[in-house]
Amino acid sequence: MTHPPYLSPGYKSTVLRAPAQELVMPTLGPDAIELASPVFGHQELGLLDGDLTRQHSGEPIGERVIVTGRLLDSAGRPVRGALVEVWQANAAGRYAHLGDQHPAPLDPNFTGAGRCLTDDDGRYRFVTIKPGAYPWRNHPNAWRPAHIHFSVFGTAFTQRLITQMYFPGDPLFAHDPIMQSIPEQRDRDRLVSRFDLDTTTPEWALGYQWDIVLGDTPMEAS
Amino acid sequence: MTDILEPAPALAPTPSQTVGPFYGYALPYAEGPEVVPGWNPDAITVRGRVLDGAGDPVPDALIEIWQADADGRTPAGPGGLRRAPHDFSGFGRCGTDPAGQYWFRTVKPGANGQDAPHIAVLVFARGLLKPVRTRLYFPQDADAHATDPLLAAVPAGRRPTLVAEAEDARTYRFDIRLQGERETVFLGL
Repeated sequence: MTHPPYLSPGYKSTVLRAPAQELVMPTLGPDAIELASPVFGHQELGLLDGDLTRQHSGEPIGERVIVTGRLLDSAGRPVRGALVEVWQANAAGRYAHLGDQHPAPLDPNFTGAGRCLTDDDGRYRFVTIKPGAYPWRNHPNAWRPAHIHFSVFGTAFTQRLITQMYFPGDPLFAHDPIMQSIPEQRDRDRLVSRFDLDTTTPEWALGYQWDIVLGDTPMEAS
Repeated sequence: MTDILEPAPALAPTPSQTVGPFYGYALPYAEGPEVVPGWNPDAITVRGRVLDGAGDPVPDALIEIWQADADGRTPAGPGGLRRAPHDFSGFGRCGTDPAGQYWFRTVKPGANGQDAPHIAVLVFARGLLKPVRTRLYFPQDADAHATDPLLAAVPAGRRPTLVAEAEDARTYRFDIRLQGERETVFLGL
């Protein structure tokens, strides 16, 4: 199983939120709404939505990075025109969210939210700042590894995915109950981006590559 | 040499991770709950609460809905983020408030083949490592429920968790219980 189970007691918030009953496994007809997906258009996005370093009057503090990759189906085919949304902490590990009480500085030049549509090759691309690690209160001395949240749509509502992308070599991986909730190491590794010198822009920004593979729809899996 | 007729091995899917507590400044948008404008004569309101296994509200859940139009057709055009008043994109998104409440203004979908009118519902939250998926059905369609293929796969005693309650002629209540007594039926899709 690639995905984490609902109940993963090391991540405390799962204990009262994980469904306890067995899931119902329906057989969907070919016209079922879940086998289609909402569609989004370029006219719905702002021109700077994909560049998180240019959304304010000044430059954000931190290490500028380019994060790009392809959105693929399980056969390796590109998923085109799909909405990809990201959000993240700033370089100091602080979210621009009222609920984040971590005593690290906010950056007036960084909100940390972006959107784009995949191109004809299934490719998304964001320019941003490398997020910092931050503490959370799940257990004593708990810290989340640096990550960018990703939300993606596929061609079926059943493929809808929200996940987190990590940066290679982070020493916090082994101590993070959210990443460790994924049963198999090889599947955890699928959430770790790859540093790529070819994506890196000289004198400007480090580049990371990370492909996203959407699950089969039930129709394909049968 | 790779035989060109040999199917490529399937790629393993990217694992899911929780939406976390801090999506609120990124994913919700002002028109997210307004699938149709308030002046639409067929507008209905769907609202409810998300509750955890202790019966407490979940104040940091994100609900998405996706549905057919009033004639039962699957929407195929864009417009889920920035809506044109007369278009119907069929997609809505709403974060829960501190009392765990969400709402949508939409139209009642038409029936589609054998399926009784329904809205697909997806719930993300802190503490959900992957979303839960369910369907909302309408209380006035009891006859159609009897022949709905998805409801037929649900144990009879649990089917009421998928049927909204009518608060008035244009308002439906649909509470989502993640765990515990009357846990909502979730789908393995």
